[in-house]
Amino acid sequence: MSHISPIIWQFLVKWMTNFALFPPEASKIAPQMDALLFFMVLVSLIGLTIVTLLVTSFCILYSKERHPVAEQIEGSTLLEATWTIIPLGLFLVMFVWGALIYFRVYTPPANSMNIYVVGKQWMWKAEHPGGQHEINSLHIPTGQPIQLTLISQDVFHSFSIPAFRVKREAIPGRYTTVWFEATTPGTYHLFCTQYCGTNHSQMIGDIVVLTPEDYRKWLAESTSGMSLAQNGERLFASLSCNACHNTRPDARGPSLANVYGAKLALSSGGTVLADEAYLRESILNPSQHITQGYAPIMPTYQGQVSEEGVIALVEYIKNLNSDYRIQQTLNTTDLLPEGEGTPRRPTPAAGPQAGPAGTAQPGTAKQGTVKP
Amino acid sequence: MSATIVSLPDQSTARIPKVNFITKENGLLSWLLTGDHKRIAILYLISLSFFFFIGGALAGLIRLELLTPQTDLMATDTYNKVFTMHGVIMIFFFLVPSVPATLGNFLIPLMIGAKDLALPKINLLSWYLYIAGGILAIYTMASGGVDTGWTFTTPLSTHYVNTNVLTTGLAAFIAGFSSIFTGLNFIVTIHKMRCPGMTWFRMPLFVWAHYAASILMVLATPVVAIAIVLIALERTIGIGVFDPTKGGDPLLFQHLFWFYSHPAVYIMILPGMGVISETISTFSRKRVFGYTAVAFSSVAIAVFGFFVWAHHMFIMGISNYAVLVFSLLTMLVAVPSAIKIFNWTFTLYKGSITFETPMLYTFGFMGLFTIGGLTGVFLGTAGTDIHLTETYFIVAHFHFVMVGGMLMAFLAGIHFWWPKITGRMYPEKISQLAAVITFIGFNFTFFPQFILGTLGMPRRYASYPPEFQILNVFSTAGATILGVGYLLPVLYLTWSLKYGAIAGNNPWQATGLEWQIQSPPLTENFTVTPIMDHEAYDYEWLENQKAKEVASVG
Repeated sequence: MSHISPIIWQFLVKWMTNFALFPPEASKIAPQMDALLFFMVLVSLIGLTIVTLLVTSFCILYSKERHPVAEQIEGSTLLEATWTIIPLGLFLVMFVWGALIYFRVYTPPANSMNIYVVGKQWMWKAEHPGGQHEINSLHIPTGQPIQLTLISQDVFHSFSIPAFRVKREAIPGRYTTVWFEATTPGTYHLFCTQYCGTNHSQMIGDIVVLTPEDYRKWLAESTSGMSLAQNGERLFASLSCNACHNTRPDARGPSLANVYGAKLALSSGGTVLADEAYLRESILNPSQHITQGYAPIMPTYQGQVSEEGVIALVEYIKNLNSDYRIQQTLNTTDLLPEGEGTPRRPTPAAGPQAGPAGTAQPGTAKQGTVKP
Repeated sequence: MSATIVSLPDQSTARIPKVNFITKENGLLSWLLTGDHKRIAILYLISLSFFFFIGGALAGLIRLELLTPQTDLMATDTYNKVFTMHGVIMIFFFLVPSVPATLGNFLIPLMIGAKDLALPKINLLSWYLYIAGGILAIYTMASGGVDTGWTFTTPLSTHYVNTNVLTTGLAAFIAGFSSIFTGLNFIVTIHKMRCPGMTWFRMPLFVWAHYAASILMVLATPVVAIAIVLIALERTIGIGVFDPTKGGDPLLFQHLFWFYSHPAVYIMILPGMGVISETISTFSRKRVFGYTAVAFSSVAIAVFGFFVWAHHMFIMGISNYAVLVFSLLTMLVAVPSAIKIFNWTFTLYKGSITFETPMLYTFGFMGLFTIGGLTGVFLGTAGTDIHLTETYFIVAHFHFVMVGGMLMAFLAGIHFWWPKITGRMYPEKISQLAAVITFIGFNFTFFPQFILGTLGMPRRYASYPPEFQILNVFSTAGATILGVGYLLPVLYLTWSLKYGAIAGNNPWQATGLEWQIQSPPLTENFTVTPIMDHEAYDYEWLENQKAKEVASVG
């Protein structure tokens, strides 16, 4: 891109966008990808022109009328080497350039904000860290790297934002990620691009890009009162996870404080990095992932927790950074009468306690900044 | 376009030879129980055309529905079934068998100087399997259809749809065996039944291309058969190979499926490339430029073709390093195709070119395949694949390769060998018109889809945002023209069966062994075993032969 004059670049992009021949560029990666795209279009046009010109001129020069007797030519190693090496060279340039962009699209920066997206027939559900839920739309600020952690509740879906030039498959049973940084406020198409059944073509939505101020306003208006991690905390208590994962010396399960991002030793030997995917797997498929020193007694939660629930739990565990924090959760459930559902009680209980602990946590700290 | 190489016998005295493979025996049974590769080729040609027109009609319905942004012609479910059946029929029952089962079947023994394929009964069996699969596919469609897409993606196909997945899978499974048998037959025949003097590097490039495609058929098709069986087991008894809740992996299905379905596109295109090598040589009166390079590029495509399957999965969360490897290998597989295009182009250089219908289709092939191939590089490049995959860009890309490339080559071949197959010429003027109409209609239909894809319109959408309508209207209008282009050959080729000019042995003055015998050929092909004493595409040898004939007759 840097080789093209910015004026010509602007003209090309504006012109093509106005005539609906080219999608708007609304993310940081979009101009980079378009530069490669234009390069490839250019190479293709040149290649096609060469072939067309050669074929046409040979047809004119060597038609039977003009050239009644053909001259037999075996071939030419030099010519053949030329048209092997030049295309190969060009294709390799595209390969390297494309690989660089690919790695950029799928390697989120460390400071990105994580939003979870669950795909299901036929809607997209987004879970913001501050607890905001959305269906078939996604509100995001400009100038902030956003990482999407995608999962599907049923079949393959694919989360596509043409204006950002990004797309990622949402796969059942596995987290996938993609990131982008929006540059231009506006409303853009969100498509499901992996065929997913009857209403595939209605699994569409809007990506609403807001300025940071508007985004803060939107967050305030759409808050459900509890952050995603707080939802997870509530679930952690109501599923009695803390019956075992309670940090006591005689606990039957390992402490979960600071577990996220740590290298864990497994009883099967070997170590594993505890990332989102690992946390999810250990909730749904615990017998496959026994931490060293513990008995395989944890039951599976497959079918008992929805994907959104798992996401909330994962987000909660990610933000646990001290044993103290877990003990607070424990205490709130100890206060509950036996068998009572926990829709409301933990909220006031967790609220004030989340305060002091929350200041030490990057996750909750972020929520603090976005909440008015 | 006045000059022509066509040299027909004197029409007032010429007759179709009384004894030939068509007149040898009569009655339906003599066809249905035949072991003759030429008769089986004709059985295939008729049945393939039938499936092509069903698939084409479904394509027409798709384009009609997409004329407007809303779903007004049919319900989304119906639309999903229509594009699924369009894909299943066109791929498994038209494109995969198209050139190999018709032209390949008819010509490979003739080209290498053999009496028949090595395994005539297996050849007939493969046609019966094809028909059984085809009938099952039609039955599936009539009894409610299937809406998984031709890709049968799990877990959609195993857990979430209630349509005829099993019967469709079975149909593809059976058709797969038909193609394995065809491939096996070709490999054995090419290895064992070449006539004396027919060394590997004297074989026509058509045979080389079929050899490469046959290897793919034999080695890749079993994998899709396994994938289909696993789908069936998953759907019926829930073995959980692909089900993540049971510890399975849905990506495994993608690997298995594309391990076949990517080589399958080379199964489809390689025989077409073989046809192009024959026509371009004949109509420019020249040996194919760099014969060895073209022959080996077919084999290279077949070999590399096995190691690029995961480029269909770049956005599915396979490891970044796997993406690197598969993207690089995809770039490598693009090179042999580029070599072929340039070698064909330089075959024209200092030739003596005429513009009969097969040659017009050949030019169409070269232009459209170049576009199809280059846009394939857009998709093989990992970065741009993210934006372009799963959109209309990919639809346009593979239609440029499959329809623009393969179908053009198929029609080039059908016109080129029509005189050999039937003994009669097709009408030249109207068929040239049909070739031009097809080319124009094709570009109108599919070029706008590249732009639609770049804009982000997803594939397999029954409805779409209104700003995409103009380009869709273009595409639908083009499809109408394309439809005319495909109907015309059916009409005039049928007409020519009775009224076409008598073709004689070698109307094109071509060099292949198949042109040195009567048209239509005898059941046993050659009265004496031919001896290949010259290179392929040796036009001087042909001139000498003619001179000798004149001398001996005179």
